[in-house]
Amino acid sequence: MTYQNDIVEQAAALKAAGKRVALATVVSTWGSSPRPIGSQLVVDDTGAMQGSVSGGCIEGAVVHEAMKVMEDGEPRLLSFGVTDDQAWEVGLACGGKVQVYVEAVE
Amino acid sequence: MKNDLLQRLVKARAEKRPVALVTDLGSGLQTLVHDDVDHGGFGLDDDAKAEVRRFLREDRSGIVEVGDSQLFIHSFNPPLRIIIVGAVHIAQALAPIASLAGYDVVVVDPRRAFATDDRFPGITMNGEWPDDALKELNIDSRTAVVTLTHDPKLDDPALHVALRSKAFYVGSLGSRKTHGKRVDRLREDGFTESEIGRIHAPVGLSIGAVSPAEIALSIMAQITHVLHRDPPDKAAAA
Repeated sequence: MTYQNDIVEQAAALKAAGKRVALATVVSTWGSSPRPIGSQLVVDDTGAMQGSVSGGCIEGAVVHEAMKVMEDGEPRLLSFGVTDDQAWEVGLACGGKVQVYVEAVE
Repeated sequence: MKNDLLQRLVKARAEKRPVALVTDLGSGLQTLVHDDVDHGGFGLDDDAKAEVRRFLREDRSGIVEVGDSQLFIHSFNPPLRIIIVGAVHIAQALAPIASLAGYDVVVVDPRRAFATDDRFPGITMNGEWPDDALKELNIDSRTAVVTLTHDPKLDDPALHVALRSKAFYVGSLGSRKTHGKRVDRLREDGFTESEIGRIHAPVGLSIGAVSPAEIALSIMAQITHVLHRDPPDKAAAA
């Protein structure tokens, strides 16, 4: 796989290829979160991903949630950060906070 | 996201039109906002649309509260652009580096021996004389111009257009001595000190770059530095 800037185009291409697709987007950040608002990750139904919503800290958890979103079609707003319980498992090592919106392409 | 909305977003991006995707984080409803027309699942009132367009103009994304709703505004502006004058060895490295960094790249060189598709696979080439090419390319505040020929015949006409354009960055390859002569010529041609002062020369950050790829890296680093120190859209919107 090559480096990609064009995540929405990737999502459209995967959808056109008959895959189920979810998009994850950074909608808010506090402190030193590694990727700015608007950063995106696209996930298909095999769990393959392109793009990023952090420096690799939370992508695993986001892909896991994206698989659920593809199953039930319900968008989810995920929060990650040092003050979250989740932080101890999948939080941002750098200490920032980030909210990620995950939606299926239907 | 509805697939037809995604298709419209992709189409707007392909046409290089600024567009914002607005998502109601509570209901999941979404709409696209262009500069002029809008389509989508729910109506925004005029104040909300004005706010979305302000975000778009400032190239910002983020959450705004409208009534009881939390709206996420995701701005998609056309890519930044770099115009490279001179299809030289450094340009062969700079074009793909700039592409990776998300820029649209145009290489301008009327010399056919240099400007070949074999040397620049997948890159947009322009074989016009540089002043004609740059006028035609309509330089805006999201455009960087780099001259790499260090031949006055080619670089100077490009600089004549670039220095009086809104380009957020202008850089010119050449030693201090070459640049000194360039400054003299520009003065004779009636350019002011502040216009001439816009040129980054010797081009690139001082990182001891030697090879064409290293020089390309130093140029891209300098463009990145200027971009984030003085964001073009904020400057334009102010």
